[in-house]
Amino acid sequence: MAKVKIMNEALLDITISRLCQQLIENHGDFKDSLILGLQPRGVLLADRIAKRIKELDGTDVSVGKLDITFHRDDFGRREAPLMPSKTEIPFLIEDKRVILVDDVLFTGRTVRAAMGAMLTFGRPKQVELLVLVDRKYSRDVPIEPTYIGKSVNSIQSQRVTVEWKETGAEEESVWLSLED
Amino acid sequence: MLSTRHLLGIKDLTEKDIHTIFETADSFKEVINRPIKKVPSLRDVTIANVFFENSTRTKLSFELAEKRLSADVINFSASGSSVKKGETLLDTVNNILSMKVDMIVMRHSFPGAPHFLSKHINANIVNAGDGTHEHPTQALLDTFSIRERLGDVAGKKVVIVGDILHSRVALSNIFALQKLGAEVMVCGPNTLIPKYIDQLGVKVENDIRKALKWCDVANILRIQMERQLVKNFPSTREYSMYYGVNKELIDSLDKEIVIMHPGPINRGVEITTDVADSEQAIILDQVENGVAVRMAVLYLLAGR
Repeated sequence: MAKVKIMNEALLDITISRLCQQLIENHGDFKDSLILGLQPRGVLLADRIAKRIKELDGTDVSVGKLDITFHRDDFGRREAPLMPSKTEIPFLIEDKRVILVDDVLFTGRTVRAAMGAMLTFGRPKQVELLVLVDRKYSRDVPIEPTYIGKSVNSIQSQRVTVEWKETGAEEESVWLSLED
Repeated sequence: MLSTRHLLGIKDLTEKDIHTIFETADSFKEVINRPIKKVPSLRDVTIANVFFENSTRTKLSFELAEKRLSADVINFSASGSSVKKGETLLDTVNNILSMKVDMIVMRHSFPGAPHFLSKHINANIVNAGDGTHEHPTQALLDTFSIRERLGDVAGKKVVIVGDILHSRVALSNIFALQKLGAEVMVCGPNTLIPKYIDQLGVKVENDIRKALKWCDVANILRIQMERQLVKNFPSTREYSMYYGVNKELIDSLDKEIVIMHPGPINRGVEITTDVADSEQAIILDQVENGVAVRMAVLYLLAGR
């Protein structure tokens, strides 16, 4: 399958900085705000965002990990049940402003499940969604991101992949795989 | 993914299956400690708890696990049912399944009853205890609790004390502990130890003091008076004198051991109150872990 690079390391870095600036603008000192990275791949972006906010603004942002496996809507429709990842939310989310973070927004079902999972920890004051890549015109549910790194037009059979150094990539980048 | 469609016994599970159950149970343990302890995973699954034998803890634990997974639950107990009117086990279960039930959690006094059913019906079956044969979820929660307290089961020395002869918990525990790489010893009077149990690769000890000195974990079993057809020891008082685990015995050891009990406890018979309620005892942790482990088992089987 052919692949095309839609973001190289430099552009990815600039995009993350820009997203962080937008967050700083809207959340100030982050006193009542926190970030939840969606397992598995949103967690890497969430950590990167928190680190960059610290570099840019000196602010420590609370970051949690949220696994959505038990809240998916396709249980029993797969060959075998999915194995869960770790959920780590060592703080209260009640009445906080929560920023859900994922690498790619596609059908929106993951984010729908994430909202269900998140609400088992309490009732946040506000929920926002930050994604690195928004696959436009692909939504199965009415969910739209608050912060977008890059929007791409893609068809169902294509894939968007984000490669991070933490997962062994030599260069951090975003790829769109094309049909043969 | 488990290698089996049913949980009939630990004997049928692989070591990988047990680790898969443990990893899933870790996640469910986190879930049951959330402010809202419920996930929607099994919302389109109906589970029947079919209990042909008395149960408090296991039945409650399964029911709670099922409800925490959002499954629809129906409960059936043999007392006051058509079984009393002469209906066969298979007819009873088939009638329940006709109501569009997906899973059966079953306890029966006959060893092999769930195995028999698994050959005749399509639903997933979870054995919640079959006579003196196996009680797989109890063994899974026991080994999960050892792993939680000591970090790992492999290499640990575990003694099972008491009524081994009538205990399905003992047999399932032996299988689970051995699959996970623990050393197992059984301890009790010869009348309560099956004749050829050493063929399973376990050590046999009649002296409780020696057994406790040897072990890292002591799993103390209840004397099952309801299953004893003949008198296996003169009196509970005498059993308690020779095999009861008390503070004096625990204090005489030059180390700390983990104390377990599958419940229900006969305080003052197989274990004294000061030991059962001590820091070394993980009896209530076992109960809490029971819900998480059973959620994991139901989740992994229902998805197949």
